[in-house]
Amino acid sequence: MKLIYEKSKKGRHGFSLPEDQFKEINLKDCIPQYAKEEKEKELPEVSEVEVIRHFTKLSKLNYGVDDGLYPLGSCTMKYNPKVNEKLATIDSFVYAHPFADEKYIQGSLQIMYELGELLSKITAMDKFSLMPAAGAHGELTGVLMIRKYFEDRGEKRHKMLIPDSAHGTNPASSAMAGFKVVEVKSNERGGVDINELERLMDEDTAGLMLTNPNTVGLFDENILKIAKIVHSKGGLLYYDGANLNALLGIVRPGDIGFDVLHLNLHKTFSTPHGGGGPGAGVVGAKSHLVEFLPSPIVCTDDGKYFFEYPKKTIGRVRAFYANFPVLVKAYAWILSVGGEGLREVSEASIINANYILDKLKKYYRPAYDRICMHECVLTGREYKEYGVKTLDIAKRLMDYGFHPPTIYFPHFEPYAEETIMVEPTESESKETLDEFINAMIKIAKEAKTKPELLKGAPHNTPVGRLDEVKAVREPKLHA
Amino acid sequence: MGYKVIEGLYYTKNDEWIKVEGDIGTVGITDYAQDKLGDIVYLEEIEKGKKIKAGETLTTIESVKAASDIYAPISGEVIEVNSEVIKEPSIINKDPYGKGWIAKIKIENPEELKELMKAEEYSNYRKE
Repeated sequence: MKLIYEKSKKGRHGFSLPEDQFKEINLKDCIPQYAKEEKEKELPEVSEVEVIRHFTKLSKLNYGVDDGLYPLGSCTMKYNPKVNEKLATIDSFVYAHPFADEKYIQGSLQIMYELGELLSKITAMDKFSLMPAAGAHGELTGVLMIRKYFEDRGEKRHKMLIPDSAHGTNPASSAMAGFKVVEVKSNERGGVDINELERLMDEDTAGLMLTNPNTVGLFDENILKIAKIVHSKGGLLYYDGANLNALLGIVRPGDIGFDVLHLNLHKTFSTPHGGGGPGAGVVGAKSHLVEFLPSPIVCTDDGKYFFEYPKKTIGRVRAFYANFPVLVKAYAWILSVGGEGLREVSEASIINANYILDKLKKYYRPAYDRICMHECVLTGREYKEYGVKTLDIAKRLMDYGFHPPTIYFPHFEPYAEETIMVEPTESESKETLDEFINAMIKIAKEAKTKPELLKGAPHNTPVGRLDEVKAVREPKLHA
Repeated sequence: MGYKVIEGLYYTKNDEWIKVEGDIGTVGITDYAQDKLGDIVYLEEIEKGKKIKAGETLTTIESVKAASDIYAPISGEVIEVNSEVIKEPSIINKDPYGKGWIAKIKIENPEELKELMKAEEYSNYRKE
């Protein structure tokens, strides 16, 4: 496709201005010196219809959840209801000034307060801070709270335990907060190795960061034992809410031993994720950690809403008051889905993932022989003998019109290798899931009979296979 | 699909190899390791003269799939680094036991070699 600059023809334009009535005035004399350009800016000269066609064509080259299934494991790319966009952009929100006095923004504050209360009920926490702008930001916030908690008690704990199956952001957040990261191995059931945890958990360790269901889509059956081991040594349990989509209305992290957590509103609570962001990595705390929450938090008294600055707060983690429109969208979604509906969301997401797992397990050997939660982990191991890599399978899926699932993550030996992690979410119908399953089965057959077809894929997309090595080795960071 | 294992080298559980000539050990990663990593895009510079203990991180390697640590199979001093693979790490994918060698270590205690696997043992360890 041509760039819009390449379509430019000298003198062509998409508007007609009336004749210049002020010929005697030289425009250049009206502009201050600093704003004057020596040379005329080079802008594309095109007609209106050319502009419209250019950008319409460009938009059609994109692929998002509005185009079709987007089964990126561990990302919860669910549908973002359009009514929430509309609500987030009503005038009273859009024109609320960040410096406005509390009394003029009572409605906005009420939404923040009530969203925090709803999330507390959903997760069994006592109070939420809505400030962190994304998941990893929420992790860092939570880990800094843990650090402050121990400092406040005069305890010196410098280690943080993290399972080998964790998202890479967990060790990164802990390291940024000044902790030494200690890895805990997983067992053959995909959960935390309890003996290993018992050996590693000591009085120098601040706690354990855990994603549950974990990154292989499995619920850690030993969670109560895990909580006991961590708490018996005085440690805290951090809940990474990346996979909360499997638990709504079924299990509450606060009921099974977690002390502090973050949630990704842009995953579980349906606000746009990825290119459509921004996100929100809100942080919830049990009562013993509430006083360390980042400031400000929204409280209420006598029907008035106001900002409060927790006594021993870790401070501010962000300017102004969170990604506010994201909060409005999540709030609207929770209310529209309702209490029973939340449970149905998780049940549907679990059923959808298990349907895919069951239909595809003959073709792509699962990493674990277990019923999964909201995402399933298949592998592309069987096709190696035909010279086909998991990457080739994912690329070929694009020819069938689907966004590929997450591949090569999780990646830890010996259980999870050559992984294909599929998270359909609750948004998809059985018909869509069947289309995806059929495409995957066709690809499995092609891998054996026409491996070359996969190795050259994708064939039907606007651009062919990209050179990933070159992209990493010689990144082009500007135009 | 078998992975290449070379006779006469010593191997670690983390898939490094070491070739011993006198008191010098040449270190690299195995065919299995390079295959699992996929296309290698980066190998972190190693400081010449660095003293290292067996099992400590020698350097970090990155592929399009993942980043991993490479551990020293043996204690000693790094006396030479393969600048060619730092510049062009894809050499490791092409020739992991030859041109893809990573560093040479002056061996402090040859007794440590007893802890490592011989070719046959390693082959069995990484049999798929």
